[in-house]
Amino acid sequence: MAYGCWKSRRDKIVVSLQPMILFDKVFKKFGSSTALDDISLEIKQGEFVFLVGPSGAGKTTMLRILTREILPTSGTVTVDKIDLTKLKNSEIPKLRRKVGVVFQDFKLLDDRTVFEQVALALEVLGKSDSEIVKAVEHTLKLVEIWDKRNLFPRQLSGGEAQRVTIARAVVGKPDIVLADEPTGDLDHKTAWGVIQLLNEINSWGTTILMATHNQEIVNTLKQRVITLKLGKITKDNTEGKYE
Amino acid sequence: MSFRNYVKFAKRNIKRTPFQAAAASLSMFSAFLALIGFLLISIGLQLTLQFYESRPQVMAFFKDGTTREDISAIEDNLKGNYQVTKTKYVSKEEALQIYKRLNQGKDPLLTELVTASTLPPSLEISTITLQDLAPVAEILKQEPVVEDVVFPEDVVSNLSTATLLVRIIGGVIVGYLILYAILQILMIIGFKIRLKRNEIETMRLLGASTSFIRNPFILEGMFYGVVGATAAWTVIYIMLWYFTPYIQGGYLGEIRLLPPNPILMLSLLIIAILLACLVGALGSFGATRRYLRI
Repeated sequence: MAYGCWKSRRDKIVVSLQPMILFDKVFKKFGSSTALDDISLEIKQGEFVFLVGPSGAGKTTMLRILTREILPTSGTVTVDKIDLTKLKNSEIPKLRRKVGVVFQDFKLLDDRTVFEQVALALEVLGKSDSEIVKAVEHTLKLVEIWDKRNLFPRQLSGGEAQRVTIARAVVGKPDIVLADEPTGDLDHKTAWGVIQLLNEINSWGTTILMATHNQEIVNTLKQRVITLKLGKITKDNTEGKYE
Repeated sequence: MSFRNYVKFAKRNIKRTPFQAAAASLSMFSAFLALIGFLLISIGLQLTLQFYESRPQVMAFFKDGTTREDISAIEDNLKGNYQVTKTKYVSKEEALQIYKRLNQGKDPLLTELVTASTLPPSLEISTITLQDLAPVAEILKQEPVVEDVVFPEDVVSNLSTATLLVRIIGGVIVGYLILYAILQILMIIGFKIRLKRNEIETMRLLGASTSFIRNPFILEGMFYGVVGATAAWTVIYIMLWYFTPYIQGGYLGEIRLLPPNPILMLSLLIIAILLACLVGALGSFGATRRYLRI
């Protein structure tokens, strides 16, 4: 994979001034341990942001707050003008339909084919069968896994499984894609394939927040990098450097 | 999400765990077998009671030599003082005809040896309520021209007690079985929810609403209920048809209970299905509340 190709792609990226994600003085405590310590940041619509830091830095906690799996202990978090701290339980599904999530452990359902995994994301949205068939076909072709549509997760390689997860995350055209270590268990070549795909999705204007340890990927893509350490933001580097 | 999709998801759940589906349906089958059985027994007893109540309830047999005028006087006296709805005079000749009809096809000696002169004239009296039977019988017994008074006090009283007992015992057993079925459904659906925990978690993260997750489970519970109830109804209906000649011919005689009235059976099926839907939905709803925390 030629890393230089990203530069030309970046020209297409649409970054709006509209803030898509807003953390304001956010604290999160689990018992006596502090996972997030006074986090304030703003991510604009269409940005591709890396969230980096050692294990336990608070990356996953931030992503879990954004999907409203957990609530911050204090402070406010806003996603597309929705205050997550004031969101009612019944409104959580609406938020999650705006946010596609790519998991490191894929979270694919053992008893569903590739096609069904991706279709599920649209069934949740209440789309019609014809819409589902059309959108799933389009997305699976986009992630280059259409020929594996009838296979089950156990029949896929790690890279293929991750592509399915990405397809499932983006098929509903979410405003934001959160990726938690999506290249964690993948080999170098496959990892780059996944990143290429996320970059392409970003080029449509989708905001991407990706937690990763992969220094090479971060430094090559030269996107905004937010570094966390012990729950605090230690650097917010727009030059795309991960040291 | 459309109802069709809920059905699709429920179908998938059922297909993928056939043994649990069979266990749930069998549990509902047992409950509804008892429920429909007790309902039919109760209806049968009620009809039997009505049969006895609709027949002449007190029969007074008169001594030889009693004139029609004497009997008419007694008749008028009863009509004037008690809740008597109907009286019917049966002459010696009519009594003979009744006797012959009842003994038709039996030993010919039984009919040949009996003549109208050997049978007493009688008066058949019906009252509005069963409570009026005893006073009427007492009055008749005091009449000097009355030889004997017969009224089915024990049959009616026993039938009333039996109907009441069947209703109480049946109600308790059916209540227990329904509760048992609800808990069975709750357990089985709860178990399935636990098995599908990862899938449910993923669906939630994809933005699935509460109804998207809950409704297929509720439909699944309703399905088990409907299958169990329909199977129980079918088995009972087939058994009733099969045993009709033995029960009706051998035990019930004049009381026409079998074969069962198709409209009654259809009504029972509809009631059973509606109740089954409710039981299945309640069990599943309980399971989703308990295990999904939604």
